[in-house]
Amino acid sequence: MSTGHDDQGHDHGHHHHHDHDHDHLHPYDPEHHHPHRADQDDSMTYYRLMEEAVRELMIDKGLVTADDIRAEIEAMDARSPANGALVVARAWTDPEFKKRLIASPKEAIAEVGHDIGPMKLIVLENTPEVHNVVVCTLCSCYPRWILGIPPDWYKSRSYRSRVVREPRAVLREFGTEIADNREVRVHDSTADMRYFVLPMRPAGTDGMSEEALAALVHRDSMIGVTEVTV
Amino acid sequence: MARFAVGDRVRVHKQFPPTPPSHIRTPYYVRGHAGVVERICGAFRNPEELAFGRDGAPEIPLYRVRFRQKDLWSDYEGHEDDKIDIEIFEFWLDQAEGSEGETA
Amino acid sequence: MERDFTARGHHDMGGLPAGEINRDEHDYALWEKRVDALMMICTNRLKLMTVDQLRKGIEALPPSAYDDMTYYERWISSVTNTLLERGVFTADELGAKMEEVRARYPDGVMPEGSAGGGC
Repeated sequence: MSTGHDDQGHDHGHHHHHDHDHDHLHPYDPEHHHPHRADQDDSMTYYRLMEEAVRELMIDKGLVTADDIRAEIEAMDARSPANGALVVARAWTDPEFKKRLIASPKEAIAEVGHDIGPMKLIVLENTPEVHNVVVCTLCSCYPRWILGIPPDWYKSRSYRSRVVREPRAVLREFGTEIADNREVRVHDSTADMRYFVLPMRPAGTDGMSEEALAALVHRDSMIGVTEVTV
Repeated sequence: MARFAVGDRVRVHKQFPPTPPSHIRTPYYVRGHAGVVERICGAFRNPEELAFGRDGAPEIPLYRVRFRQKDLWSDYEGHEDDKIDIEIFEFWLDQAEGSEGETA
Repeated sequence: MERDFTARGHHDMGGLPAGEINRDEHDYALWEKRVDALMMICTNRLKLMTVDQLRKGIEALPPSAYDDMTYYERWISSVTNTLLERGVFTADELGAKMEEVRARYPDGVMPEGSAGGGC
């Protein structure tokens, strides 16, 4: 689908609606729908009102505090692909660490200073023979305890539908060409496990420091839609 | 105890409840197909029960089953050895006969 | 007896034809992060619901709503339903609170929820 993230639909950006036509103050209605409305938008909508109302009801009832919510957001913001990149760089420079990472991801990642919480992680090592790529066709399961919240495209109909059936074409859209004689292995996160791709170390990086190597590793290579390049 | 071992050939049930309202974690595209147990992930509460606010007990063995792409999609374009690995709960699986590559 | 429900859930899209992947990304807005945070707290700490209840609520949306609602609109819709079912608050309480919230933003803009930013 065209997710049209720049499609603001109506002109409800920063214009004030003095005519009070509460266009969005209704639950989803197919007669008045906003096809693929952008996620980012500061106009008052039914579901944004609902979020604020539910949050306040939970606070009024003593179930959560505003600080709890803030702390949870800060914890999520602190989880980022940079954490994963450090894990990858360590695995590239320390073969014993790599073995531990594959055998017991939670304990190994803790060595690098990150707690992956209750997440059950499987580390998928890319090799000259196999390239791994991760998807969740049923919803949006993602190794968020190490990489943070997934990108929009990971949750899109196009990615979820296509990558299981034509992975090589999808990878090509990301600029990744997998050799004909190299196996592509797709991992569909359907239940309790989450997946993290350990990309291959690129040629020409001998002698680079762990920090310099980590700087080469981007999020998409740990999802498996790209490879790491120098 | 897990009914299947790593390397066993298993086939995914073809019949499934109506979704919605049911909540199931076995994708449509593997139903009726045969694959090989890649690993046993452990035992987990049943999502089909948890979805309705029940406790999901007892825990059920969860497998990762490896399918050959060419078995899932007759028109698959790509390497002969391309695969898909998927987590599937035990109650969705039966022992499968036949050699690797034969499905449905 | 052979049952044969050939239909698949609308969310169960693996293998279906679909267009090119739009790789544009947006920074999550504060209200979206708040929905995410609330869900994490309700499941992991308060044990008020499970992620499967969240998914079930999303999967039960009509296909057109599933496609047209934004990601976190689907989440807050499902979280709210589950909390109502569970009796955490009543529909009347929710309605009154939503009216109260709406009255805070007479010009129809909720600026504190705009993109990016911390909390």
